[in-house]
Amino acid sequence: MIEHLPALMIAVPLFGAFTAPLFKKHYKEVSIWAIIITGITVILSLLLAKEVVTGGIMVYVFGADKPTLVLPSGYSVPIRIMFEVDAMSAFMAISATLMSFIGALYSYSHVDRETGLEKYYALLMLLEVGILGMVLTGDLFNLFVFLEIAGIAGSALVGFRNYRGEASEAGIKYLIVSAVASLMVLFAIGILYGQYGNLNLAYIAKNVSFNMVDMIALGLLFTSFAMKCGAVPMHYWVPDAYTEVPAGINPPLLVATYASLYALFRVSFTLFANVVVDLARVGWIMSILGVLTMFIGVTMALVQKDVKRLMSYHAISQTGYMLLGVGVGLTVLHDPSKLAEFGRDAMAGGVFHIINHIIYKSLLLMTAGALFYVTGTRNLNEMGGLARKMPITAISFMVGAAAISGLPPFNGFASKLLIYETSYRLNPLLTVFAMVTSVLTLASFVKVFASAFLGPPLEKFENTREVPKPMIIAMIILAALCIIFGLFPNLVLDKLVYPAVDALINFAQYHSWGGLA
Amino acid sequence: MNGSVFVNFPFIVVAVLLALGFYTIGFKRNLIKVVIGVEILEGAVNMFIVALGYVKGGYAPIYTQAPPEAVGKMVLPTPQALTLTSIVIGVAVTALMLAFAVNIYKHYGTLDVTKIRRLRG
Repeated sequence: MIEHLPALMIAVPLFGAFTAPLFKKHYKEVSIWAIIITGITVILSLLLAKEVVTGGIMVYVFGADKPTLVLPSGYSVPIRIMFEVDAMSAFMAISATLMSFIGALYSYSHVDRETGLEKYYALLMLLEVGILGMVLTGDLFNLFVFLEIAGIAGSALVGFRNYRGEASEAGIKYLIVSAVASLMVLFAIGILYGQYGNLNLAYIAKNVSFNMVDMIALGLLFTSFAMKCGAVPMHYWVPDAYTEVPAGINPPLLVATYASLYALFRVSFTLFANVVVDLARVGWIMSILGVLTMFIGVTMALVQKDVKRLMSYHAISQTGYMLLGVGVGLTVLHDPSKLAEFGRDAMAGGVFHIINHIIYKSLLLMTAGALFYVTGTRNLNEMGGLARKMPITAISFMVGAAAISGLPPFNGFASKLLIYETSYRLNPLLTVFAMVTSVLTLASFVKVFASAFLGPPLEKFENTREVPKPMIIAMIILAALCIIFGLFPNLVLDKLVYPAVDALINFAQYHSWGGLA
Repeated sequence: MNGSVFVNFPFIVVAVLLALGFYTIGFKRNLIKVVIGVEILEGAVNMFIVALGYVKGGYAPIYTQAPPEAVGKMVLPTPQALTLTSIVIGVAVTALMLAFAVNIYKHYGTLDVTKIRRLRG
């Protein structure tokens, strides 16, 4: 049973997705079905993480006599499709399943006025399949296939409110970006296949020689995944997509973006880590891209009037922190003394920031969705005095805003502090930009809080009430996670984040299984 | 005849198609043409992978039926399997993009990408 966990992680949500359309016109039932399925995947991912952290890398070979049989006798190269799960994959899988569950729970009430919900939930679970496939696979072509699944499901969900023209506009933007990016990924995969005759990540990583053609492949992969994770200057699709998607889909869509970030890390750390030359340069590019991303994202956010769009620009800005943290680690990867001194902690900061950001950004976007659910508008200038009408939403918003600005004792502080301390050791200028970004973030959230929640109560919101219970429960879970992760950061750091970082650093472990020469 | 040009001919076509696809996505104003540009890109990438697996005078990779002279001259099935998968995915992507285009035309009354700009700022 345990050895089949990686396959079950895909099979369960896929089963859920294909059975969801059977509940046509039974909207309450299909919501509950989605909540059950995503809940099961949360349990499966926790089991998987426990197994991986205690027992090392799990390899699952599809269609083999024994799922762990990588090289049957007589073969010298792996030829089957396989999943390879290390601590980093398990970490991403937990984020993905948890956020899909929260999203399904929140959607129970949030989209109850829409039609076609059986398709909505089918797409939600397909999006989860895409993310899980991307983070668990050990095969380059499968990475492409799951990237496309996540891209198609995600853009169909962005365009879900098809009675609004804006939703289709954002949907086609997202789809074109993700189609072009994944085609370039496929092109790079073709280049690598042409040279090494195999699609297995570990096998290629072991044999990579880094000639001219490999460099082109690295460039294509790096650019495409940076495009998909919303790094400046390829960030333009993020605010549109995050704004137009129903708020219940925001958490899984965020994780889908960070699955591309995971692929970026996988490519730089696992696929090309054997190459000592030039890796520091790739790390510098990643760090500088991170600084630019955080700074440009936050300055764009300051001028927004639409509450969800403002938060979407912050999502771009926060991606910069992750790129910075992990980029600093990549810069010193082949320098053991510096790596022990600050590189490992920098990467821990970057990776920890992924899950922290997913939690508080989902919380913030959900409060924005709650405001939209109640008031029917997203324009900040038309809101006001809602704190008394919606106390729980207001408190959730405050928790999320404090966390994203990096105030102690919330979770954003824990990871940002790690990033500040370590990037300072590489270059103080990086830290200055990161801290200025934090201050600007706080400033823009004060603006939102003042205009939406404070001020005199408006007449047109006389009869507004707090949002329905499932939405409140989803928000409270996330707010509680914000505080728990902030108060006891070591709990998560030791159990999940440092194993994930060590999995990235000890890339040789990922390469060696089954006596592969 | 220069042999190397002839051998590399498919890759030259791939390069031309890639350039054409990026040009169409970047500079055409009609949304349907942008979709066609994505399709051209996809064709280029598919052709690249098929060309990688091409063996001149090769045999189909069916071991039970293979004549003795086929040993060492079989065509690799993997690139073709990859291309088939990629084509199937491409059809889904195109269908969804065209559906979006239809919906956009319904709401905006135009397919000009410079006029479809309600989301901005």
